[in-house]
Amino acid sequence: MVTPTLVLAVILFGLGVAGVVFRRNAIILFLCVELMLNAVNLAFVALSRVWGIEGQVFVFFVMTVAAAEAAVGLALIIAIFRHRESVDAMDFNLLRW
Amino acid sequence: MSELFWWVFASIAIGCGIGTITSRSPVASLMFLVVAFFSLSAIYVLLGAHFIAVVQVIVYAGAILVLFLFVIMLLNLGHDYRSDLRSGGWILTGFGAAGLIGYFVSRSFGGVPALMQGDPPAFEAAVAERNIIGAIAFPMYQDYIVPFELVGLLLLVAIVGAVIMAKRRI
Repeated sequence: MVTPTLVLAVILFGLGVAGVVFRRNAIILFLCVELMLNAVNLAFVALSRVWGIEGQVFVFFVMTVAAAEAAVGLALIIAIFRHRESVDAMDFNLLRW
Repeated sequence: MSELFWWVFASIAIGCGIGTITSRSPVASLMFLVVAFFSLSAIYVLLGAHFIAVVQVIVYAGAILVLFLFVIMLLNLGHDYRSDLRSGGWILTGFGAAGLIGYFVSRSFGGVPALMQGDPPAFEAAVAERNIIGAIAFPMYQDYIVPFELVGLLLLVAIVGAVIMAKRRI
């Protein structure tokens, strides 16, 4: 059951990439990043069946990084929303030249 | 039987992933993602990773996604149903990027059969020696203690950064 799970992980990662590229709502963009991180977790867990338990240890590290990323990203969204009254990624051009 | 459950939960995960990236309201998108994470947790159970499954439900669905829900409610975004797709060039770029990723991944699956020839008894042996939690905790606090501490530091930095960014006028 490892190979179909890896294929499922690829499909979910592709969906996440598609969401990040297509959508403009910044919150949905972050949700798609979470989906991609979960696809990576799924691949780690599937390969831990084959290669030993270390894959599941790395899932914890990925989850921690995801939590940190969500906290900082949502704080950024709130800060920019105060400034711009919008969460449209096309309006986030503070650093664009 | 477990094969059947695998297919059921895999199709739920893919369907809810599609729902996540297509629904217009952020709240509906988030709810789709919660269901997708629950079915991923069921797939973890089917793969024998029970502890990861529990952590997935508690930490991901219970904490991270609720944080997203709080922010959506705080910003009062639930009723914005305008379509927000990007314009044509971006969509073409997206299809190109997704196709490229799929191509390389499928080629690496075809070309690297060594990926599947690891040490299959290692997992069962580790779980049989200690339980599933001990089997994860032992390498985590023995071999990966430095990454573990670094991840703790990363969380501290993220907390401080989030508080500063949410408080100060930028």
